[in-house]
Amino acid sequence: MARVELRSITKSFGSVPVLAGIDLDIADGEFLTLVGASGCGKSTLVRIIAGLEPQTSGTVAIDGHPIDHLRPHERRVAMVFQSYALYPHMTVGANIGLPLTMQRLSLWERLPLVKHLSPRRRGVMRGIESEVRAVASQLQIEPLLARKPAQLSGGQRQRVALGRSMVRHPAAFLMDEPLSNLDAKLRVHMRTELAELHARLKTTFIYVTHDQVEAMTMSDRVAMMDAGAILQLGTPTELYARPATVKVAQFIGSPSINLLPAAVRADGTIDVLGHRVPLRTALAEGAAVTLGLRPEAIAPRGEVPLQPGQVALPAAMRRAENLGSEYILHFDVAGHAHPLICRVPADHELGESGNVDLVFDAAACHLFDAGGARVEPVDGARGERRSRVPLYLGTGAAAQ
Amino acid sequence: MSALAMTGGGRMLRRSGGRQAFIEKLNGMAFCLPATILLLVTCLVPLCVLVIISFTRYELGDLDIRFVGLANFSKALGDPVFRRSLFNTLLYMAIVLPGSVILGLLVAVLVHGRKRTRPFYEIVYFLPVTSTLIAMATVWQFLLHPKIGPINAFLQLVGLPQHAFLSDPALALPTLAVVGMWQLIGFNMVLFLAGLSAIPRDLYEAAEVDGCASAVDRFLTITWPLLGPTMMFVIVTTSITAFKIFDTVAVMTRGGPMGSSEVLLYAVYLEGFQYFHTAYAAALTVIFLAFIVVFAVIQTFVLERRVHY
Repeated sequence: MARVELRSITKSFGSVPVLAGIDLDIADGEFLTLVGASGCGKSTLVRIIAGLEPQTSGTVAIDGHPIDHLRPHERRVAMVFQSYALYPHMTVGANIGLPLTMQRLSLWERLPLVKHLSPRRRGVMRGIESEVRAVASQLQIEPLLARKPAQLSGGQRQRVALGRSMVRHPAAFLMDEPLSNLDAKLRVHMRTELAELHARLKTTFIYVTHDQVEAMTMSDRVAMMDAGAILQLGTPTELYARPATVKVAQFIGSPSINLLPAAVRADGTIDVLGHRVPLRTALAEGAAVTLGLRPEAIAPRGEVPLQPGQVALPAAMRRAENLGSEYILHFDVAGHAHPLICRVPADHELGESGNVDLVFDAAACHLFDAGGARVEPVDGARGERRSRVPLYLGTGAAAQ
Repeated sequence: MSALAMTGGGRMLRRSGGRQAFIEKLNGMAFCLPATILLLVTCLVPLCVLVIISFTRYELGDLDIRFVGLANFSKALGDPVFRRSLFNTLLYMAIVLPGSVILGLLVAVLVHGRKRTRPFYEIVYFLPVTSTLIAMATVWQFLLHPKIGPINAFLQLVGLPQHAFLSDPALALPTLAVVGMWQLIGFNMVLFLAGLSAIPRDLYEAAEVDGCASAVDRFLTITWPLLGPTMMFVIVTTSITAFKIFDTVAVMTRGGPMGSSEVLLYAVYLEGFQYFHTAYAAALTVIFLAFIVVFAVIQTFVLERRVHY
């Protein structure tokens, strides 16, 4: 059980800055995910927590005690590596048991041949064996204990790596892209298992991934990182519904958010591709903004008349992807180079004709200023259509 | 397409397939031929001649060849010079093998830990390998000279007794072994470095998190077991190289003093090219080769199976 606190952690490799002052509080038993594109510093951060990499400045503390001076094994954290890092010459049982062997046996009790002279060694090994067995049965790899890692499948190796980290009951689990080497189907399965494991162990999990789906599905909170800084920290819902920057909006959600160039009109509303969006901002007239629309916030208009607060964009359908449960529709919009992606339920009537009006609710729009930061619409604009605010927008607390 | 046409096509295919296979076979043989001829001319035929000669009493210049069966081999078994040579060779190997393997590994582990200075150390330790041992043996002869050699001068400086390294029967062979180790350490280091680089860094990090706190722990948990295949290769090549010791003996001691540094290949050289007992030298060479074969067999059948995971 552990509360992990990071205070202004910086790290540079030579003259290259990798982390620029990270502050993060991870609650006891929390599942926190560090997500971001490769090179954003998320792996470095978790390696700093593990003690595998010294930070340039800043402090890591567990339960209020700084651990910067401690060696990796003294930090009460366990790490699962992307490559699993199983010891290829040891059996599964020996792999899982190694942290305990290192803890409980002295150097000479581990030396080849000499070890047999120790009178207490056999008893200790028997204890370790039963603990290994208990962990293995939790992960359902008991029949594999005598095998070598080379004889295991990717998923089984992943479990062995998990077992090795679980066996010494660490205060926190650090996982560096543990599912990246698995095939798509197994990844989905292991996602569920990891989430269930977290629920069962109730230990702090710090999980690194570049896959936003993993971040969204498993985490209590997500820290989205970019260029060595945390862009936004919040629950998956907060990140999805109220992205703090354009980058967060783009990274979270699949298919990714539609971004349209827009400008502020004289009356404070927004002009997008020549259409007036009844959203009022405090920005100056003519200011360039970016309008973000989630794929599910747009739909081709059927026979229904336009509601107040809705905007219609004439568009031509380019292609439709059938996912079984839903359609992903690609539309060309005049004046915009990229297709607009729209997600509709499978029972949606796709019209014969290619030209349709795309309808979206002004309240479902995300607005970002020229620097990419989120801009909240001012109250007057909101008041017009409070009843139409989609449910998911209502759940988000203030993002940090 | 009708069934008839299909079977017709099939037959044609089969026929052309047969020709194709024949041409491919010819091609393959043509590619193998140069290597096969080379192997025959330079290795297998001389080897056969060697074995045949070893069953005769041929001496260089003889006009006829008389077969004597295993007489040369039984003579070798009773020959004190040969027995001493074989014993010396094995003794030399017993010193050089552990010495150069353990020191080579130690140097490799230390050099592997360096970052900026690594190329420097690699070159320094590898230099003896690149140099000609005959030339280096001459240098060593000077270094070890009882009167003008710097090594004895150094011993005197620090107050230790001086030694006539190469003319003391008790010291000659160990001294040669040190020179042999000096040469082999660099080579073994490079092999071990290659083996060390093949060990994923992740494993060391995992070991560190799992509680392998000291360098000794990490060495025993990761490095040593994972170097198994390299270790086996190094042991076999080193034993063969050590078993083949000849040049330093020929230059520095000529088997002396009092036969204390006589080794197998030097005995073969003396018998064959100094005394011209060609057939006897051939028999000794066959025995020598038999030892080499034993090392190779140990490598293939015993060690190879045990070190891989």
